Amino acid sequence: MTTHAAQHASLDPTEASAEPNGRPATTIDGLQVLGVAIRREPWVFTLSTLGSVLFGALTVADAWVLGWATDHVITPAFAARDAREAVGAGLLWAVLALFLGVALLRAVGIVARRLGAGIMQYRMQAHSRRAVTRQYLALPMSWHQRHPTGQLLSNANADVEATWGPIAPLPMAVGTIAMMVIAVAQMLLTDVVLAVIGLFVFPAVIVTNVVYQRWSAPWATRAQQLRAEVSEIAHESFDGALVVKTLGREGEETERFAERAHALRDANIKVGLYRAAFDPALAALPNIGVLVVLAVGVHRVLTGSSDAGDVVTVAYLLTIVSFPIRSIGWLLGNFPASVVGYRRVRSVLDATGSMPFGAVAAPSTGRGARLEIDGLGYDYPSGSGKGAASLLDDVSFAVEPGRTVALVGATASGKSTLVNLVSRLVDPDAGTLRLDGVDLRDLARGELAGAVAVVPQQAFLFDDTVRGNVTLGADVCDDDVWTALRAAQADGFVAALPHGLDSRLGERGTSLSGGQRQRISLARALVRRPRLLVLDDATSAVDPEVEARILAALRDGSTGESRPSLLVVAYRKATIGLADEVVHLAEGRIADRGTHAELLGRSPAYAHLVNAYEEER
Amino acid sequence: MSTPPTTAPSTTGLSTGDDLGAFATIRRGVGYSPELAEGLWGTLLLAVVASVGQVVVPVAVQQTIDRGLGADGGPDVGYTTLMGVLAGVAVVLTSVSSYLMTRRLFITSERGLATLRIKAFRHVHDLPLLTQNTERRGALVSRVTSDVDQVSQFLVFGGLLFVVSLGQIVVATIVMVVYSWQLALVVWVCFAPLFASLRYFQRKLTLAYGVVRRQVGQMLSAVSEPVVGAAVVRAYAVEERTQTRIDDAIDEFKAASTRAQGFTAFSFSLGGVSAGLANAGVIVIGVWLAPGHLFGGDSGRISAGTIVAFAFLVTLFVGPVQMGTQILTDAQNALAGWRRVIGILETPADLVDPGEDGQRLPRGPIEVRFDDVTFAYPAGPPVLHGISLDIAAGTRVAVVGETGSGKSTVAKLLTRLMDPTEGRVLLDGIDLRDVRTRALRRSVVLVPQEGFLFDDTLAANVRYGRTDASDADIAAAAVEIGLGDWLDALPRGVHTLVGQRGESLSAGERQLVALLRAQLADPDLLVLDEATSAVDPALEMRIGRALERLMSGRTSVTIAHRLSTAEAADEVVVVDRGRIVQRGPHDVLVGQEGSVYAGLHASWVAQQGTVAAGRG
Ligand SMILES: Nc1ncnc2c1ncn2[C@@H]1O[C@H](COP(=O)(O)OP(=O)(O)OP(=O)(O)O)[C@@H](O)[C@H]1O
Ligand SMILES: Nc1ncnc2c1ncn2[C@@H]1O[C@H](COP(=O)(O)OP(=O)(O)OP(=O)(O)O)[C@@H](O)[C@H]1O
Ligand SMILES: [Mg+2]
Repeated sequence: MTTHAAQHASLDPTEASAEPNGRPATTIDGLQVLGVAIRREPWVFTLSTLGSVLFGALTVADAWVLGWATDHVITPAFAARDAREAVGAGLLWAVLALFLGVALLRAVGIVARRLGAGIMQYRMQAHSRRAVTRQYLALPMSWHQRHPTGQLLSNANADVEATWGPIAPLPMAVGTIAMMVIAVAQMLLTDVVLAVIGLFVFPAVIVTNVVYQRWSAPWATRAQQLRAEVSEIAHESFDGALVVKTLGREGEETERFAERAHALRDANIKVGLYRAAFDPALAALPNIGVLVVLAVGVHRVLTGSSDAGDVVTVAYLLTIVSFPIRSIGWLLGNFPASVVGYRRVRSVLDATGSMPFGAVAAPSTGRGARLEIDGLGYDYPSGSGKGAASLLDDVSFAVEPGRTVALVGATASGKSTLVNLVSRLVDPDAGTLRLDGVDLRDLARGELAGAVAVVPQQAFLFDDTVRGNVTLGADVCDDDVWTALRAAQADGFVAALPHGLDSRLGERGTSLSGGQRQRISLARALVRRPRLLVLDDATSAVDPEVEARILAALRDGSTGESRPSLLVVAYRKATIGLADEVVHLAEGRIADRGTHAELLGRSPAYAHLVNAYEEER
Repeated sequence: MSTPPTTAPSTTGLSTGDDLGAFATIRRGVGYSPELAEGLWGTLLLAVVASVGQVVVPVAVQQTIDRGLGADGGPDVGYTTLMGVLAGVAVVLTSVSSYLMTRRLFITSERGLATLRIKAFRHVHDLPLLTQNTERRGALVSRVTSDVDQVSQFLVFGGLLFVVSLGQIVVATIVMVVYSWQLALVVWVCFAPLFASLRYFQRKLTLAYGVVRRQVGQMLSAVSEPVVGAAVVRAYAVEERTQTRIDDAIDEFKAASTRAQGFTAFSFSLGGVSAGLANAGVIVIGVWLAPGHLFGGDSGRISAGTIVAFAFLVTLFVGPVQMGTQILTDAQNALAGWRRVIGILETPADLVDPGEDGQRLPRGPIEVRFDDVTFAYPAGPPVLHGISLDIAAGTRVAVVGETGSGKSTVAKLLTRLMDPTEGRVLLDGIDLRDVRTRALRRSVVLVPQEGFLFDDTLAANVRYGRTDASDADIAAAAVEIGLGDWLDALPRGVHTLVGQRGESLSAGERQLVALLRAQLADPDLLVLDEATSAVDPALEMRIGRALERLMSGRTSVTIAHRLSTAEAADEVVVVDRGRIVQRGPHDVLVGQEGSVYAGLHASWVAQQGTVAAGRG
């Protein structure tokens, strides 16, 4: 990766429009980000700033106490012939009390400042993380498909962290300003000319910082982007660890990761080099100020315009200021990364396209739901695999209450897409889907899920207990969970697990076999007693015997219209055989519909599809 | 924190490195990233120059005041100029050397940490499958991302300042001793309680930040899970519950961080108190040392200028001490992160690879033998019980059995994703544990139950099977296994983007890509674990026929619920509850009345035939 490319690296290629000019981060931007935090947490900010001001004021008080002690204790002690007479025990106690009192108050200030800064920082992080993850849950599937998990992790972690990084030194810097104001006032009171000379330090600090921001911001941007990429590769690679292992691709994966990790390293080093120059420059400025003050001071003492004590005081005040000035440096040093992080977080928060919901409640008829699909057309934004024609085109059929419809079609014919439309993971380009006569888009949030349960083609289990995975937090008693597990033929192996319903299944259910995962996923749908059950090839990893029993259980129990309506995607004839109607999907359209026997009779393509196993024999 | 019981393996978990002390952590850390030690002496030298310089300036100030400004008979211009020039040179020297030092630190730490990151990443892949599964992906990701970032923050900013601070403390102490050893002693005594309490706080902080780093991992897991499972979350409208789980993780992290910060703030504030004490001490004792006072004797042991200078020196001492305390406390966060990364590296790697000493498998069809193999997942009961099995070279074997009977476990043992608890798995008579891992992966390929695709083009995914395959090779391989039409129908052919985890393809298509990938890998032993379960029957049969042809001259083990596969195999192995209960050609097994296979087959046939009897 060349320097050149790096300079032009945009925040995120896919979000380029959200961040049109990708302006370089400026000090003003950094202050604005801080403004957001201050407005959000004014009280904690005030507390920590007060702590810091207290700290600052007392640091100056320290100088004052020292001055007082010099005048009233040290000088008399050494001036007098007998120190003991000149300086009694009382004075010494006073020195001790003054210094300690100041120090204790200062400790209070430190605790308030640091703890306050910490609390503010962690709270802001939490606010941002909550907002970002809410957005993850609100944004539509299409958005998720465009954004790698690793990147989203990075947005919620590294970017949020970078955004609020400057909060840690913030109160200190603000307190420093208070301290500087006091110190400056004191300097001015002591000797105006010397003070003005000393004050040249401040504009110099600002200029230095502006230059630093200019130079390092592009690299900070790039580093933050690379952080996301590194996280992306790591997440994907660990996700596919099994494939990597079975194909012995550890070396190549490591190379892929190393390439980005090295790019990140180089960007970090670049940022570091600017910082390496910036920090010492900032530290040197007050020292230079002191030297200049002394040089001029000597001259003025010689000419009688100042007295030696005043020169000492001004020099001392400048020294005091020199250490905390660096805290302003740290604050400013964090700005580039902060602004970049903030922009990346904002691009998530500003992403649009959340799925709108209506206000209609799904009618609760107490019987199977009627699903009506009318003139449905859909295509993925990236275009379907089938040339010019849409993936789904003018698809119309209905699932009558209590009836079973089988959806049959070749691989990649669009069955799962149709299922996604039914569960409203996506909305159609054309036509409508209606549940009991209500357009799905008019249903209020949660209403559709209350009536329709989908068992996806690939079971997804959460890192939770069996119970948690089945109920998903719904208020369901254990008896009902067991009933659902029984219907899904999962009761046997769940009962055999060491902790029964309380057994944790590991991330994505790693501790179960493929068929076991599918059955838990099935039980999850059944336990909700949906009025429409949609099975997307949901028994593919289950052996024929078990499948037969599941199907029997689905058919048992209720009869007629009180039975849930059923839409099944299936290849197996046993499943198809259960259907009142078969819809044959081919080339994005409904090629034929009718009973299985009718289709077998009149459609060679259908017969070839479902009879493949027998044809072989 | 009490977590509900888990059935996930626990004995093979990742090391957290929690038991490593601070110095041990740094030592090991440097061991894994030797770059960190490169040029260390030069950096230290620069640090010494930088810290000496930072003390020289105030000393020059003191000299100017004491002997320049306050000289008998008016200011001594010559002397003041000399000191001023000296101080100016010191400022320049300090700045230049601290620039050079920071530069070096940045370069070495970033290089060292990149190495650490990469090593840890590699090691995650080298971990046994079961260990990988014990830690959630989000948490694993945090170990190679944010944990490393924390270390970098510390090494670059903390490490640098810490070295400088130590240097300054030493130099300030030396200068103080030169001025007055008595007062220097006073300063040190005043700071003694702080130094003594540091150890206690360190321990507290180590624990507190250990929790913080763990919480980061948990938070990332909590965030990643619903992102990956976005479809389920939406289909079941469980956004609220999911958000609650995420919020909990976010809040726990916040609470842990705040707690740690509390300790930090408190231990830092002690420094301030010590400083006040020191200032007072210097003056009080200083006055006692004045002529005629307590310890002063007749002429005194000290001058007023010395005490004033000491006030400067104390600030010089206090600044770095406070900085050092702060760094030490902040360092705990970094150390906790460092420990977690080191924890990965110290977790024993895979099922030990014999490496160069290992044997290679001769090319050509492989003969497989299971020799009394028992396997139990960690912390679980055995799922395979004393399995013995011979598969002759070049045969096609189908493994069938109920769900959960242990078929996939057999496949994983066969491809050495795990080692048997007891017994041996032999390929061509060689114990798998003696085969070089590279050679093994070259000759044996598993197409797992749930294929995973990388977010890239179809071609790139297929090349995971063979790096040097050209687009033409891929197309040719597709034709060979009967997927030519399918590939042609894709709008962008082999350049089709498959999306994250392959989710822009249909489930069946994902399996086709995985098959194609395995086909290109050209293995001598191919293990298919329900590799075509989501493919439509017509296409499956077509692939089946193609594979049959291609498999001649290789050994293949196929796990399938669709018994059409078993019917076509040379031999069928029936697994039931972790035991092999039947084996033989399909025709023979079907004939064994009342057998497991006969039962499985009957229901398979019934399924196929339901139609005749079903409604219609
Ligand atoms: N990582 C694991 N940790 C603990 N137990 C496991 C793990 N993986 C599988 N098991 C258990 O081991 C048993 C056998 O699992 P295996 O995956 O081998 O079954 P299978 O025959 O392949 O089933 P399926 O046909 O459903 O794929 C099951 O009871 C399962 O719960
Ligand atoms: N997110 C997506 N973006 C772009 N194209 C997609 C996406 N998901 C699916 N497709 C394409 O749409 C077509 C239909 O996919 P779908 O998953 O609906 O098929 P299916 O009938 O369920 O197939 P299968 O039987 O293999 O599950 C496929 O060609 C697939 O490549
Ligand atoms: Mg599908």
